[in-house]
Amino acid sequence: MRFNMAGKLLNFGSKLFKSSKNFINAAYVRRSTSTNARKWTGARQKLLTFGALTGAAGLLMYAMDVSVDASSDCVHPSKQGWGHKGLLSAVDKEGVRRGYQVYKEVCASCHSLKYIAYRNLVGVCMTEAEAKSEAEGITVHDGPDEEGNYFDRPGKLSDYLPLPYPNEEAGRAANNGAYPPDLSYIVSARKGGEDYIFALLTGYCDPPAGFSLRDGLYFNPYFSGGAIAMGQLISNESVTYPDDKISPTASQIAKDVVTFLAWTSEPEGDIRKLLIIKVTIISTFLISLTYYIKRLKWSSLKSRKIFFMPEVQEKAKQESNKTDDCPK
Amino acid sequence: MKVIYNTLFKRTSTYAVAIFASAFFFERAIDVSSNLIFESINKGKLWKDIKGKYE
Repeated sequence: MRFNMAGKLLNFGSKLFKSSKNFINAAYVRRSTSTNARKWTGARQKLLTFGALTGAAGLLMYAMDVSVDASSDCVHPSKQGWGHKGLLSAVDKEGVRRGYQVYKEVCASCHSLKYIAYRNLVGVCMTEAEAKSEAEGITVHDGPDEEGNYFDRPGKLSDYLPLPYPNEEAGRAANNGAYPPDLSYIVSARKGGEDYIFALLTGYCDPPAGFSLRDGLYFNPYFSGGAIAMGQLISNESVTYPDDKISPTASQIAKDVVTFLAWTSEPEGDIRKLLIIKVTIISTFLISLTYYIKRLKWSSLKSRKIFFMPEVQEKAKQESNKTDDCPK
Repeated sequence: MKVIYNTLFKRTSTYAVAIFASAFFFERAIDVSSNLIFESINKGKLWKDIKGKYE
C-alpha cells in the first residue's frame, strides 16, 4: 500500500516538475505579494462596519456624558494666558521676582518652600548680593560645633528657605488640623497647575445657600469639596511693589506668586526649552546623515536579484555525485 | 572634493582631526544660534534682560 502511495506521489511530483521546467527558464522568480490576503467578503465587511459604528457611538456617548458631568466636588479653573506655557517660552523673571516678594510677605508664614535654596534665586530673579542679604535675614539652627553645641547663625546662600513650622504636627495644630502643603512643586502637583492655583487664590466667595461650613473653614468653589482651611489672603494692595508701574491688584499679586511657584516647580524649564531648539537642529542633521549613509550602504543588498534555476541545480547535483571521492 | 579627500579624508588620523575640529566649530555655531533664537523669542523675560536694574 505504501509503495502504491509513494509511486503516485512520485508520479505527481515529476509531472509538476516537468511542467514547471517549461516556464521557469532562467528567469527570476518574483515572490507572490498577496498569497495570504483574505478577500473582503460581504459578511466580513458588514461585521467590521457594524463594529466601527458601535465603537464610534459608544465613544460619542462617553464624551457627552463626561462633558456635562457636574464634577461634583469643585469648579474647574478657567484657563489663563500664562507667558511661560509655550513650547519655547521662558518664565517671566520679573514676575518671579515679584512673586518671591509676595511669597515672603504673604505665604511664608504658613507654607514652606523647602526645596528652594537662596542660591537658586541668584541669576534668576536677584543678584548674588541681594540673595545673600535675603539669606542673612533668617536665622538657622546649625549643627554641633567642635564642642558639641548647637548654635544659631544668620543664613547663607547655601541654606534652604526656612520652614514656618518645625514639623507637620505643629503645622496642623496651628491651622485647625489642616497642614499647609509645601509649595515648591505645588504647580506640578495639582491638577490644573497654574490655572488652579490662580483660581483658588482669587476665587473666594460666599458659600451657596444651604452649604454648611464648619468653623475655621472658608468656602472656595475651586477647592475639592468647597471647604478650605486657608482664608483669603490676597486682595488689592496686600503687597506693595517697589515698582510704581505695576499696580498691586489682587489678580496681579496672584499672577506673580503663581509665576514664582511655576518657576520653583520647574527651575530647569528655561534650559529645557533651549535644549529643544538645540536637539531639534542637531538631530535633523544627524538623522538625515544617518539615513543617507544607511541607504547608501544597503543599496547593493536592496538591489540584488536572486535567480532560481532548477536545471543548473540538478546538473550540479549530478556532477557532484559523479566526482564523489570521499575517503573511505 | 578631491583636494579635501587627499588632504583630510585619506588617512584615518587626519580624518579624526578633521572630525574633532569640525565638531568643535559645529557645536559652537549651534550653541550660539540656539541661544540667539531662544533669546529673541523670550525677549524681556530672561534674567539678563532685567539684571541691569538691580546690579
